[in-house]
Amino acid sequence: MAAIESQTDLLTCIIKRVAAPGHNATGYPLTAFDGNIQMNSALEHPTYNYKVVRQFAIMTVVWGIVGMLIGVILAAQLVWPQLNLDLPWTSFGRLRPLHTNAVIFAFGGSALFATSYYVVQRTCQVRLFSDKLAAFTFWGWQAVILSAVVSLPLGYTTTKEYAELEWPINILIAAVWVTYALVFLMTIKKRKTSHIYVANWFFAAFILTVAVLHIVNNAAIPVTAMYSTSVYAGSIDAMVQWWYGHNAVGFFLTAGFLGMMYYFVPKQAERPVYSYRLSIVHFWALIMIYMWAGPHHLHYTALPNWAQSLGMVMSIILLAPSWGGMINGMMTLSGAWHKLRTDPTLRFLVVALSFYGMSTFEGPMMAIKTVNALSHYTDWTIGHVHSGALGWVAMITIGSMYHLIPRLFGQVQMHSVNLIAVHFWLATIGTVLYIASMWVNGILQGLMWRAINPDGTLMYTFIESVEASGPGYFVRLIGGLFWVTGMLIMAYNVYMTVKRSESIRQQPAPQAA
Amino acid sequence: MSNLWGESLSGFWSAWIIIITLGTIAFSGWILFANRRTDKTPDADGNVETTGHAADGIEEYDNALPKWWFQLFVATIIFSLGYLVLYPGLGNFAGILGWSQEGQWEEEVAQAEERFTPIFAQYQEVPIPELARDEAAMQVAERIYQNNCAVCHGSNAQGGYGFPNLTDDDWLYGGEPENILTSLHNGRNGLMPSWQQLGENNIGNLTQYVLSLSGLEHDAESAEQGEATYASVCAACHGPSGTGNQALGAPNLTNDIWLYLAPGQEVAESVRQTLRNGRNGHMPAQASYIGEERVHLVAAYVYSFRLQD
Repeated sequence: MAAIESQTDLLTCIIKRVAAPGHNATGYPLTAFDGNIQMNSALEHPTYNYKVVRQFAIMTVVWGIVGMLIGVILAAQLVWPQLNLDLPWTSFGRLRPLHTNAVIFAFGGSALFATSYYVVQRTCQVRLFSDKLAAFTFWGWQAVILSAVVSLPLGYTTTKEYAELEWPINILIAAVWVTYALVFLMTIKKRKTSHIYVANWFFAAFILTVAVLHIVNNAAIPVTAMYSTSVYAGSIDAMVQWWYGHNAVGFFLTAGFLGMMYYFVPKQAERPVYSYRLSIVHFWALIMIYMWAGPHHLHYTALPNWAQSLGMVMSIILLAPSWGGMINGMMTLSGAWHKLRTDPTLRFLVVALSFYGMSTFEGPMMAIKTVNALSHYTDWTIGHVHSGALGWVAMITIGSMYHLIPRLFGQVQMHSVNLIAVHFWLATIGTVLYIASMWVNGILQGLMWRAINPDGTLMYTFIESVEASGPGYFVRLIGGLFWVTGMLIMAYNVYMTVKRSESIRQQPAPQAA
Repeated sequence: MSNLWGESLSGFWSAWIIIITLGTIAFSGWILFANRRTDKTPDADGNVETTGHAADGIEEYDNALPKWWFQLFVATIIFSLGYLVLYPGLGNFAGILGWSQEGQWEEEVAQAEERFTPIFAQYQEVPIPELARDEAAMQVAERIYQNNCAVCHGSNAQGGYGFPNLTDDDWLYGGEPENILTSLHNGRNGLMPSWQQLGENNIGNLTQYVLSLSGLEHDAESAEQGEATYASVCAACHGPSGTGNQALGAPNLTNDIWLYLAPGQEVAESVRQTLRNGRNGHMPAQASYIGEERVHLVAAYVYSFRLQD
């Protein structure tokens, strides 16, 4: 913990420097700037707002470490339950939503804000619609995250998965999100280019849909300052929740990150995108079909048969539109494969696409009722989520950050390319350990739960299946530790990159740029 | 055809679902077919021309859709349409197979009943004390116990906080076969009222008296004062000498067995809490969950602990 705190402190210093009064927007002393216009253009772009991008980019790393560290604590609690410490605030049930909210909305959200603000400016060739509103989205979003960090361990929860935050926080989220939509869409509106680049389609779809999902699913009647009841009841409430829940995956964690992919993969590979028409087909099919897939979370429940079937068939149709994004990214690399040997950033992006392809194949398979009857409620689901969350979302984010951060801080590349390579292997091995152990555990649990004796009694009690899951939980913990270690290396690398940009700026000599 | 149509939705909503479902699939098919080909010819590398515009330096080729991907997309659409003909999905249309999850469940339960009922039926007529000595029967019974009862009473049947130990000689409602059978069959509701209205002083004295009944360390003076209150308030259920009443499920207070003693808690503290706040123990009725035959077997299993002593 001590190490994390000091890392966080280092990064907090960076943030403070970025926004410190008496400095210009970049955080560098005005005198150093005034004496060196060339440097200025390298760091504070004459046209674009990089400040908010820098803020979100740094917080992506910070929240990535925090969220994944909580994940590792949870993984350890499943191996050694004593680590719940017999305290309500540190119990698995309260830390688990903190982990999911931290990695999805704090880490993933900050990454999406950073990259979408960067990409929309670069590809529309205009500054953000409003610096003030953009700054509001940054501070507002950090306030949302801090509210989650406080309220979830205290036990305030709506009990809706990935929507646990209580109503006052939900109102703040809605305000931030609508502002985000305004900033992003108005920036597109005032663009200086004739076309809207494909990355922006995906970002726009993600922003608009998440606004609708969040507001509809969190519609609630406040009872006290931190307690509310859903306006929906029974299986309708469950259906609305999983319509939200699966589209949080589909739009927040897929469409948004495809937007990221469509900019950073061709940029880093320095190759044209493979097929414009593939972009069109898979974009429209993806956003159209994803909306329907939610009921596959409620197979064999009180949800009506027809709704379950529609959730299943739409999930199957979703396979090709999902793979469209993978193919377009992978084929963009044709003619640039040799770059993988020397460029670990590109490796992050390509392996992210591979995991994306794998988990979007696994998803439709698990949505088939007969497969779901085995896989549902087991660790297989957890493994599937993490092949998407670690393999796809985190890897594409990290690859994009390694491209983005040096450029935001006036550098050609990160402080150490070798450390990116080390991070790459830690992340890849960590992901493989995680998902392989959860496959084994999931299938083991599914088979144990359905095994019966000749007299029709269950062959195993539930606790026996928990006992049998122990080794898998341990391997998963190792995988998580690989990931956190990688993230700490990234934090060091980012810190050194920022520090180098600082020291260069202190010298009057322009050749350093 | 009328039997193919259920009635869970009104006609409008059924039609609405059918239209937007097929509309969504049709839209996907249309956008796929409309964009499948490119009119541009490939260069030496196999890439066709770009679209002509660039975004921050990123160009886009105008390659045709990969053939295998196109076929995969079409295949999933065909599969889905076929599925929606066979199974429920399009509004109230039940699918030509007539499948439903409720139907599948009923069918599987019926099959299981047919297969397993004879196994349990053979034990149904055997008296419980005899059945408890039948090793084969007790193996079956233990599995039923582990999957239905162990969650509260523990896999070793020794209970836990608020859940009675089934292996000792202390029986809240009696340990004879018919008592155990009744507990399992109908469940039990144990109610100890709250005696807060007696005041902390009386509760303290009563606590000392209850400790004295089990021969535990106590304040003699305080216990003496509590005895009078016990006689007027508690004796009605727990009996004048504190040995309890199995007809009511009132526990024996003289045997130093404490159902609501949390790990590490002092007995005095637990008794004080019981007197202040009351207790409400609930054993759910099992007959409706696991059926008469299995209740009979489990009763014999619980009774079998008495034979081991």
